[in-house]
Amino acid sequence: MQSNEPGPEFTGVVKWIDRRLPIFTMMSKEYQQFPVPRNLNYFWSFGALASITLIVMIATGIFLAMQYQPNTELAFNSVERIMRDVNYGWLIRYIHMNGASMFFIVVYIHIFRGIYYGSYKEPRELLWILGVIILILMMATAFMGYVLPWGQMSLWGATVITNLFSAFPIIGEPIVTWLWGGFAVDNATLNRFFALHYLLPFVIFAVVFLHIAALHIPGSNNPDGIDPKGPQDTVNFHPYMTAKDMIGIAVFLLVYAGLVFYAPNFLGHPDNYIPANPLVTPPHIVPEWYFLPFYAILRSFVADWWFFQVFLGWWGMTAKLAGVLAMFGSLILLAVLPWLDTSRVRSCKYRPVYKWLVFLFVIDFAILGYVGGKPAEGWYVVVAQWATLYYFFHLLILTPFVGWMERPKPLPASISQPAVAPAE
Amino acid sequence: MSESTETGHASEEGGSRRDFLGMLTMATAAVGAASFAWPIIDSMNPSAEVLALASTEVDLSAMEVGQSITVIWRKKPVFIRRRTPEEIAEAEAVPMDELTDPQSDDERVKNPEFLIMVGVCTHLGCIPLGQAPGDAKGEFGGWFCPCHGSHYDTSGRIRKGPAPRNLEVPEYEYLSDTLVKIG
Repeated sequence: MQSNEPGPEFTGVVKWIDRRLPIFTMMSKEYQQFPVPRNLNYFWSFGALASITLIVMIATGIFLAMQYQPNTELAFNSVERIMRDVNYGWLIRYIHMNGASMFFIVVYIHIFRGIYYGSYKEPRELLWILGVIILILMMATAFMGYVLPWGQMSLWGATVITNLFSAFPIIGEPIVTWLWGGFAVDNATLNRFFALHYLLPFVIFAVVFLHIAALHIPGSNNPDGIDPKGPQDTVNFHPYMTAKDMIGIAVFLLVYAGLVFYAPNFLGHPDNYIPANPLVTPPHIVPEWYFLPFYAILRSFVADWWFFQVFLGWWGMTAKLAGVLAMFGSLILLAVLPWLDTSRVRSCKYRPVYKWLVFLFVIDFAILGYVGGKPAEGWYVVVAQWATLYYFFHLLILTPFVGWMERPKPLPASISQPAVAPAE
Repeated sequence: MSESTETGHASEEGGSRRDFLGMLTMATAAVGAASFAWPIIDSMNPSAEVLALASTEVDLSAMEVGQSITVIWRKKPVFIRRRTPEEIAEAEAVPMDELTDPQSDDERVKNPEFLIMVGVCTHLGCIPLGQAPGDAKGEFGGWFCPCHGSHYDTSGRIRKGPAPRNLEVPEYEYLSDTLVKIG
């Protein structure tokens, strides 16, 4: 996009550096003069919130790694030592632990923003796919991080999730042994999870860089979902968006600090304060809250479910494999959303039907999360199964068909002139 | 590539000598990279020192009828139950067509009194309940996995729930009447 002003004039040392390595010019172009649509609302602050959370997670994680011992004999006690003896260790760990939850909260809202305002549509498809890759990397990182304290939930969560791969015929068992480095989740597993948990955040950082680079080519989408027509439709990133983001950050930090200082274990499980015991499985294993919707999809596929029997069971697919494929599929499908959505109108503000379907999809996701945290029995299973079907029905059937059938409301002529005469 | 056509290096099919050398170089580099990928991948597999811990000997002489013990083999629990005559009769009486993973009781034991199997649920690897006297034993009097609700009978066969297979019977042999070597 065209910037509103000419480039800045640097002097002195900054000028000397900038002529040899133009980082100041780059920062000024991408974070100061960078034009953003003038109608952005607070939903557009969640990308900044996610970036800040990533930095907080990396910073606290490095200091935790200085005290942590990735060995099954020592891990649990080293975490307790961080909590009790290391100076401010409790604070660093609680910031890190709750940071994972805050990261998923802001990223889920960020994804909702993308879906509601159609930010994934042409020309931002690759930007969206990079976002889905970040989500998957975050899930892998969070899963491995949860294993490190080596409590009961760490061990059994890791056992259940790694065992998912055993669902694949023939190659399944060797893959599981390879992932474990042994015949059970044990020291070899803990060691490699620690190594990967340290590595992946930097991979995420790199993909976030690409995500932002891809964003800065077309620029931000906006609540109207129409492209800016000229300088009258945009404002500079600094100070307009930076000031707005600062307010969002202040509110975000208040909520985050509230969790850290007043309810640090509210989102965790007490069972993870019991040292890992390879001979006793806790009666009720649940993953962290941010995995629950996907866990519910996984558990929905049981051999006596009518849907499974009618469509999958009879040609030799096992319920376990179907569940695993559905769980991974529910994430992968998000990546192809730009091609599933056939409507040319981006924003749901001008899509009277799809708007409500997006809200239903969010409710469906919340229901999946709720039943995912409950034991897999009775009504919870039935609700989870219908919610799973609706998840896929929404993405695979409703999204393309509504895109064809729906008559969108008239779009405004431009961002700066939203008032237009209604169509006859 | 005007030079190669002028000097007549292009073959009839359109590939030049330079293209061939280019592909050969790429293929050599790919095979070279792949040959180092395997050592890296295999380094994550269990090493010989882990595989060496592969057998465990258990003395069964102290077990009472109806008692269960759990021993560790390859870092996994192995369930041993000295079954009562009723439990044996119940396991033998089950018709094959009621089973998800059909296996007769005799295929699963060497001495019907001692049922020996890996105590890891075949669904997602939890440890079923049923070893301790107060545990839930499920609807079929054997074992019950609390994670996702799989019920196993007195022969350790899957009868109800999401698990696809019976509890695994490890390789074992009787060294004497009361000493068994697992693995």
